[in-house]
Amino acid sequence: MKTAITSTGNTPQAVMDSKFGRCCYFAIYNSESKSVEYLPNPYHDAEDNAGTEAVRLLAKKNVSRIISGEFGLKIKPLLDSMKIQMIVVGSPGKKIVEIIEMLNQNTGK
Amino acid sequence: MSPRSKIFRKVVSPPPIKGFKPYGGERAEENLPLVSIQFEEYEALRLCDYDMYNHHQASVLMGVSRPTFTRIYASAREKIARAFVEARQISVEGGKVYFDSDWYHCSGCCCYFNNPEKENSIETCPLCGSKETEEYEMDSAVRETVNTRINDKCVCPACGLEIEHHPGKPCNQEICPACNIKMSRKGESVHGNRKRGIR
Repeated sequence: MKTAITSTGNTPQAVMDSKFGRCCYFAIYNSESKSVEYLPNPYHDAEDNAGTEAVRLLAKKNVSRIISGEFGLKIKPLLDSMKIQMIVVGSPGKKIVEIIEMLNQNTGK
Repeated sequence: MSPRSKIFRKVVSPPPIKGFKPYGGERAEENLPLVSIQFEEYEALRLCDYDMYNHHQASVLMGVSRPTFTRIYASAREKIARAFVEARQISVEGGKVYFDSDWYHCSGCCCYFNNPEKENSIETCPLCGSKETEEYEMDSAVRETVNTRINDKCVCPACGLEIEHHPGKPCNQEICPACNIKMSRKGESVHGNRKRGIR
């Protein structure tokens, strides 16, 4: 299962980005191979439709859930129709490595 | 003058298939134009005839008025009947809809998440794996109005006796068997000041 996490940098120590569409990087974590792929977000500085384009990009990567701080208005119906789960993390400032650790503990149980 | 624009209808679970094809018989082989059913019509049929909600409950769930819901539902049945009788294909597509799923909240890691796959119920938090999850109140408020509609009761203002409310029969037409006075709806102090639950 692939999980996308919005990130401010391309290292495991980077902090999660609270914006979805205009985040700097997507960290795509593959729970089978335990590998992380960092994908620079091409819509980082987009004028409009950053969110919907980002969804399309992640859907192509077969991501099945997305972790971010907040999502725009148009995103939820779009992700619902694609059956992608969204997780909104309430506490800001979490590092990518911490989130991946939480996901690992979750599946290890 | 252009007609008034339609409001978006909420579709909780999109259909698993794109359509139906007739088989057997000569007419099935003919390429008749297909009957196109919209997502909202599919959803109306699902809520009414599969999940067994009444029109009012289903209209609240879809976020439209009761008369609008009934029109959508009638159109769905008419189209399906036409497809059956005339041996036409059915395709499910289009319509003025948005897809929705419920929000959940995990108190273990303070995160919110949704459940796009309605068939599997959520038990553990997808992030931290804790079982401290609950449905978030945004949608449960709607559900509450739906549930209270099912469990409506008539109550006697004098002795407090409760009997089951029969839809269509006003509570003030029910007479309390003990006190012989008119009853009223439970949970309502002022008549007519009713929470409709339609957004």
